[in-house]
Amino acid sequence: MLVKAKKNALQNLYIVEIVKGLIITIKNMFFGKTVTIQYPEERRQYSERYRGQHYIKATNGVENCTACMLCPTVCPAECIHIEAGERPDKEKYPVKFEIDVLRCCFCGMCEEACPKDAIKLSNIYEMSQQQREAYDKGFLLEQRGNK
Amino acid sequence: MELSLNWIAVIAKVAVVVIALLQVVPIMIWVERRGSALMQNRLGPNRVGPLGLLQSAVDAIKMIFKEDFVPAHVTPFYFLLAPVVAVIPAFMAFAVIPFASQIEIAGQIIQFQIADLNVGMLYILSITSLGVYAIIMAGWASNNKYALLGSLRSSSQMISYELSMGLSLIGIVMIFSSVKLGDIARAQGETLLQIGSLSIPKWGIFLQPVGFLIFLTSAYAETNRLPFDLPEGESEIVAGYHLEYGAMKFALFMLAEYVNMTTASAMVATLYFGGWQLLPGMGWLLTQLPLDGLAMEWARVAFEVASFSIKVGFFLWLFVWVRWTLPRFRYDQLMDLGWKFMLPLSIANIFVTGFLIYRGVI
Repeated sequence: MLVKAKKNALQNLYIVEIVKGLIITIKNMFFGKTVTIQYPEERRQYSERYRGQHYIKATNGVENCTACMLCPTVCPAECIHIEAGERPDKEKYPVKFEIDVLRCCFCGMCEEACPKDAIKLSNIYEMSQQQREAYDKGFLLEQRGNK
Repeated sequence: MELSLNWIAVIAKVAVVVIALLQVVPIMIWVERRGSALMQNRLGPNRVGPLGLLQSAVDAIKMIFKEDFVPAHVTPFYFLLAPVVAVIPAFMAFAVIPFASQIEIAGQIIQFQIADLNVGMLYILSITSLGVYAIIMAGWASNNKYALLGSLRSSSQMISYELSMGLSLIGIVMIFSSVKLGDIARAQGETLLQIGSLSIPKWGIFLQPVGFLIFLTSAYAETNRLPFDLPEGESEIVAGYHLEYGAMKFALFMLAEYVNMTTASAMVATLYFGGWQLLPGMGWLLTQLPLDGLAMEWARVAFEVASFSIKVGFFLWLFVWVRWTLPRFRYDQLMDLGWKFMLPLSIANIFVTGFLIYRGVI
């Protein structure tokens, strides 16, 4: 149903209403607080629990990961690829550890599943790369954004 | 000698006006972008130069160096002609606007007006209505339905509002008995009312308040600015008539729009706000200057140019201010306003003015 707003004669002329509108905009111009973040200089503050770029936690320079394959199993996006290997001391370790970040949905289930506290999600949210061969084991071991 | 001084004056005036108009455009684009940003609680372009002032210059350089692309489906001749046709009348229209009174050099009176035509404001009305040809040409040659829709809207809008615009000026012509803008600006220096020490000048706004509102609204419609920017109507018809244009050809349309805005503001200032007549307080300031003779005359001219620029600047700002305050009209509302409200009102204004002149009130 078409509802017509009730207006008096003065409002129908619009002049007063237009002037009111002009006053609102000029008020915003001089006294309004700008809400924009000046990005490279200012950063938005995210929560500590923000799930960003991945890394593999290392202890004494050796990755915590034992290639137990729990994270690729739990991963709903199937973006983690691990090839397991054996160290001389018979310890299991990942020869290859790659994350297909384009498939990753940043759900954080790998972090939850990991028994060794190895795969972690950091606070970093600028994740663009200039080459395709990113997010391999070497990259993930660089401890970016280690908390 | 006589001839040469006149020629120098004419060339100097043309150069000053054209250069000033070209400078107004980047400054206005900057004002528009920063002003709109601040009104919307943003910051706007603030990276290039102090306060982002060089943004327009950088944009101009970008526009010049972009590829001059002509789509395959357009009619190239008219497609390329349209931006030129848009710009030339925009600059031509400013020729009859007086931006200061006159000065006497070596026994010759030099008017600060490129051409004091005896058709005056009629010249501006006819030249600015040529601008619609450019828009039609652009829309038709683009061979694109949205561009054509935009240009058709533009033509109908311009025709509708030209009527009330022209009729609203009749009141001014009746009061000042002239269509020459120089005469009108000079006549507005007289005093209308004297209340104690406060004297109200005979500005058009005090004599023709209704005419002023009609003229201002029509000027917004004629320059295709919001709330009457249906020819562009981004949300409905992509970008309107300049949809297929890019690089400097688009920039020329932009230039024409802003120059048209400047001309419209200068018209409003000249017809309704005394043109180059000094602003309140400036006359007193002028008498305080320790100058005499020709230097004093030049100081007076400088003050007149300054007060004219302030008035034009205010109305240019009003264009921006209104644009970021009011939403766009719906098409039928636009036509209703033009034909059912503005046109009868402007005709009524003529009759009331005529009656008041007949009774000797004004």
